[in-house]
Amino acid sequence: MSDTHHEDVQSHVKTYIKVFVALAVGTLVTVLASNIHLGIVLGIIVALVIATVKGSLVAGFFMHLSAERKIIYWVLVLTAVFVVVMMGLIMFTRQDQQGRQQGIFAVPQGHVPAHPAE
Amino acid sequence: MSTAIEIPYNSTERPDTGLYNAKLGVWLFLASEVMLFGALFSTYVLLRTGADTWENGAQIGLSIPLATINTLVLIISSVTMVMSWASLKTKNFGKYKSYMGVTILCGVIFLVIKGFEYAHKFENGIWPSTSTFMAIYFTMTGLHGLHVIGGMIVNTYLWGPGAKMWQTDPERFTNRIEVAGLYWHFVDLVWIFLFPTLYLLPGK
Repeated sequence: MSDTHHEDVQSHVKTYIKVFVALAVGTLVTVLASNIHLGIVLGIIVALVIATVKGSLVAGFFMHLSAERKIIYWVLVLTAVFVVVMMGLIMFTRQDQQGRQQGIFAVPQGHVPAHPAE
Repeated sequence: MSTAIEIPYNSTERPDTGLYNAKLGVWLFLASEVMLFGALFSTYVLLRTGADTWENGAQIGLSIPLATINTLVLIISSVTMVMSWASLKTKNFGKYKSYMGVTILCGVIFLVIKGFEYAHKFENGIWPSTSTFMAIYFTMTGLHGLHVIGGMIVNTYLWGPGAKMWQTDPERFTNRIEVAGLYWHFVDLVWIFLFPTLYLLPGK
């Protein structure tokens, strides 16, 4: 949004008001949806989908990401990759832990470890 | 003889990035902030999936009405923040002062409400050590609160003494408001995810 002119700003102000109304409605909808017994999985999905829509509105219009320079998109893509890797590593750790608890990755009985610490 | 070194590209765009330097700088900073809060959200997921039971925020006394009001307060502050920048773009300094003043006031209201919430917990003997849920609740909302305070310090400076730059270098001052706004919107964005995660998600 670097080449902003006076007329552009005036039209943007109208958009900001519309986004504000959408965010306020989204907030009320997410609170109302939490009072409906949707179950754990569906309840989490609904809450996070509404939050993602609201977050996209803030990023897209208030932070001007809907019309930004390429280099910022690349910075954010790189950040998103690192976040996914970080979350993925944590989820793999969790699955590994569950696997050990369920005996999937358990060491067979009678197995002599190569290293005492194993 | 003294020679003043002018910092380049603080109001004009660099030919290679197409951005003034502060804007690229604040986006790189926000990228690191995404990793910081991403790590905490990952921690929440790990703690929740690893626990046999997990509380629902309302069931253990978190106030959904207060948190909803706080969400709306931060959304209003985001609108007034972007309107303060738009006011400078249309050369209306008076409007800028008003909108920025409301933004700072919203920050104060948010913190006061959060303070009431914390005080209520402490009065009832609820501390970070009470449960895993409360530990992650205080960690995430506490860190977010520190970010709100940081943003308010910057915004108050730009509303008060820092606003003198409007007289000497209006374009650079407008850019300062834009990058301060990017940070403030990010703080709002984090709360948009914190609110359902801590207050609304069903327990197990």
